Amino acid sequence: MEILVCVKRVPDTAENEIEVKGDGTDIERDDLVYSVNEWDNYAVEEAIQIRDKVGGSVTVVTVGDEESEEVLRREMAMGADNGILLSDDAFENSDGKGVAAILKAEIEKGKYDLILTGAQADDGAGQVGGMLAAMMDLPYASLVNLIDVVDDSTLKIGREIEGGNQEMSEIGLPCVLSIQTGINEPRYVGIRGIRKVASVDIPVHGVADLGLPADAVGETGAKVKRMDYFVPEMGDGAEILEGSTEEIIDKLIEHLKAKGGLK
Amino acid sequence: MESALIPPAKYFFLFVPTFLFSIIIPLAGVVIFTYIMVLRMAPLIRSAPDPRTGRLMERIGNLIRIWLLQYRQPRYMLAGVLHIFIFAGFLILSIRSISLVVIGIYPDFVMPGFNGFLGVVYNLLKDYAATWILVACIIAGIRRGVFKPARYGVPEKYGKDHTGEALFVLGLISTLMITESAFEASLAAARIQQHMHAEFIAPLTLTWFFKLLLTNTSTSGLQAIHILSYYIHDLTFFFFLCFLPLGKHFHVITSIFNVFFMRLDRGTVKPVKHGITDTELDDLESFGVKKLEDFTWKHILDFYSCADCGRCSDHCPANAVSRPLSPRFISIKGRDLVFNNYPIYPYGANFRQSEDLIGTIYDEDEIWSCTTCGACEQECPIGIEYIDKMVDLRRGMVDEGNVPQSLQKPLSALEKRGNPWGKLEKKRVEWTKELGEDLPVKILDGKTGADTLYFVDSITSFDDRMQKIGQATARILSSTGTDFGILGKAEKDSGHEVRRFGEEMLFQDLRDQNTDAIQASGANRIVTADPHAYNALKNDYNDLPPVEHISQFITRKITEGTLKLHSAGNGEGDKVYTYHDPCYLGRHNGLYEDPRTALDAIPGLKRVDMERCRDRSFCCGGGGLMLFYEPEEEQRMGVLRVEMAAEAGANVIVTACPFCLVNMEDAIKVAGLEGKMEAIDLAELIDAHLVK
Repeated sequence: MEILVCVKRVPDTAENEIEVKGDGTDIERDDLVYSVNEWDNYAVEEAIQIRDKVGGSVTVVTVGDEESEEVLRREMAMGADNGILLSDDAFENSDGKGVAAILKAEIEKGKYDLILTGAQADDGAGQVGGMLAAMMDLPYASLVNLIDVVDDSTLKIGREIEGGNQEMSEIGLPCVLSIQTGINEPRYVGIRGIRKVASVDIPVHGVADLGLPADAVGETGAKVKRMDYFVPEMGDGAEILEGSTEEIIDKLIEHLKAKGGLK
Repeated sequence: MESALIPPAKYFFLFVPTFLFSIIIPLAGVVIFTYIMVLRMAPLIRSAPDPRTGRLMERIGNLIRIWLLQYRQPRYMLAGVLHIFIFAGFLILSIRSISLVVIGIYPDFVMPGFNGFLGVVYNLLKDYAATWILVACIIAGIRRGVFKPARYGVPEKYGKDHTGEALFVLGLISTLMITESAFEASLAAARIQQHMHAEFIAPLTLTWFFKLLLTNTSTSGLQAIHILSYYIHDLTFFFFLCFLPLGKHFHVITSIFNVFFMRLDRGTVKPVKHGITDTELDDLESFGVKKLEDFTWKHILDFYSCADCGRCSDHCPANAVSRPLSPRFISIKGRDLVFNNYPIYPYGANFRQSEDLIGTIYDEDEIWSCTTCGACEQECPIGIEYIDKMVDLRRGMVDEGNVPQSLQKPLSALEKRGNPWGKLEKKRVEWTKELGEDLPVKILDGKTGADTLYFVDSITSFDDRMQKIGQATARILSSTGTDFGILGKAEKDSGHEVRRFGEEMLFQDLRDQNTDAIQASGANRIVTADPHAYNALKNDYNDLPPVEHISQFITRKITEGTLKLHSAGNGEGDKVYTYHDPCYLGRHNGLYEDPRTALDAIPGLKRVDMERCRDRSFCCGGGGLMLFYEPEEEQRMGVLRVEMAAEAGANVIVTACPFCLVNMEDAIKVAGLEGKMEAIDLAELIDAHLVK
């Protein structure tokens, strides 16, 4: 099975303190460290496991600047066979549809049976997977937490629904799936693994290579424009109880009784 | 010499000269034994290299102390003393056993040099040796068969009980002792009956008893006993010889080698592969131990040598809290695999293809459960190693990407931010703010210099509670007039646990960054309050200025008279302190006295030692990455440790390690001992008693 996984380089929320810039144009990026978007990591692990079971290859692709190459290498160190970097100045500030259009152009150059994305990105809106499927007219399922390969043309997929229940569906290939965390346990990639793939060639494709009209992507092509970042003002309605543990308990019981939570 | 009985070399049994047996039995025994030993050598040759021939004098010293004098045996008094008796008896009787074999062929054979006074003394000695061995075997048999000490038990998941094998061997040894004595006693009795000169037989020995018993036995009866006991002895002797390499009694042969080649250094970790430099590591196809032959030959020899005595597991903190790890079975399972993969029967059977160790004989959780505290190695009477095996197996798992999710986050944060929490580098100095303006801490960036570098390490830099250890350390350094500074944001995690959790390349990365920063700082000496950092800088790093733990620094300054402490003061009258030895200060670096000297320098301080202290200290639960690992366990190690402190009559546990303090404080809460027990770091306690 030929599998393509779309990944993204994001500032890891666990290892950064995200602060909004004073002028509201962006977040402070001076001290940020980046990693592979967590959901994407699960998608790549799933792709590798499927490939190891039924054969084929795994390709990872990302839209980003040249530094995004590091996340491709990390995923290749995990076991992905190929990496493709989609990078061009003209791609900068693309909206979700723009990113989907760039990915679509690359995907149409190859022949993939299965396209995976993360369910969402730490710094994203969870929209590219769905748009990509629609633009390519492929079946789409989101928030997938289980994949069983039935045969060459069918997958059985699962999704968690309310209350921890599981919903099972069947989907025909080729298709696009967005992957939820917890679908597997992604393997560890150490420095040694990354060094092993350090010299593997990763092709870079830009506007010209993809045959995209420059005004369909990037800032000019964006239909959704970001306006502002700000920290919401603290609202009313929250009260921090103070005092000794006993006093706090008493006050809490009092509040609960007053609001009808305790009878 | 005229003989009272026909010796085995000249006897005929139904027209068959028994002389034939005297030749066939030893010959067959030696051939079979050689065949088995050659096959047992094969895995040693096929495994990884490990040069262990250097430092001959230290090795000979170990051989004398640990092998010959059985130095570690009395740590378990009854079993140890029994073993010493059996071991010493075996050494003495080895000469007799060899000459007995020859006597079957040349009846008048005497071991060269033993025909005079030496022979008389030796005969006395060997008769007593045979007697005490039999007594020791009987006691050991009763102990194993009736009282069944818990540490010999075999949990179901590890297979069947081993008592049968132990008793069988005790039976073999007893048979040897009885037949050897009966052989001699029957001859002595016959000589007395025939009024010939009888050799003096030491009173109260086995031979002496048999002689008394046989006084009235007919000559033909004595002749039968003489011949039978000889051949039963001969047969048992060679059977035992060939039986040794088939089980736990292999240690009778291998322990001398295992002790000679045992590790000489503590606190260190073996290189990924001996003979491969750090720069060549990138070219290695595979890292760590994945299959049997990836172990070094010494580690295979360890498997062979394990006597199944259970002392390691009895002291293993992971085993004590029912984590899925018992070091004893790391060895036993390893040994069984070697035996299985290198079959001696049927003749000519092929060696089996090695499978991945993880998932077959070892479990992931089993290998991650080890805190590398070193209690097992400290206890092992024959120098079996475990830490290097754990690290090597972890290296193999890391190389395969097989790392628990709970450890992946901190490893990734260490790679990106140099600390396991992913905190910002610039926040590494925030703990100094609390010190106030009176005590400015210099940042040694090459421009600002100082004589002493205080290496803080991650937990003391970032953890709210542990920052107090850093502040106390800074005040102690400052109060002694020490010109000191820190590396600030240039400091990275020492990587101590990164290395011990098998992520060698990340460790080397951290080590190189720290080494550069330390060398650039221009400091002449390093002080740290974190034993893990201390061990890393001292044993894992190279080319650094000398490193001291704060307990050594304090004791040195007290001796020099530049650090003075006031008395324990009011309200502390009912406090009883106990010192918990951190593994990486005590067992791994031999620092037992300095922290105690520092504590005892506080006038009026009452201190007791726990039963398990010094080199028998019980790990608090582990430091570094172990704080992030989520083991399966029934209990926290720290809780057991806090209970031990309470048992000793203490109500304050003094540690000298931030990780110990984390674990102790948590354990006090879990054990419900808040208000009754407290934990404090040595540096904090000294700081609180500084005469300023």
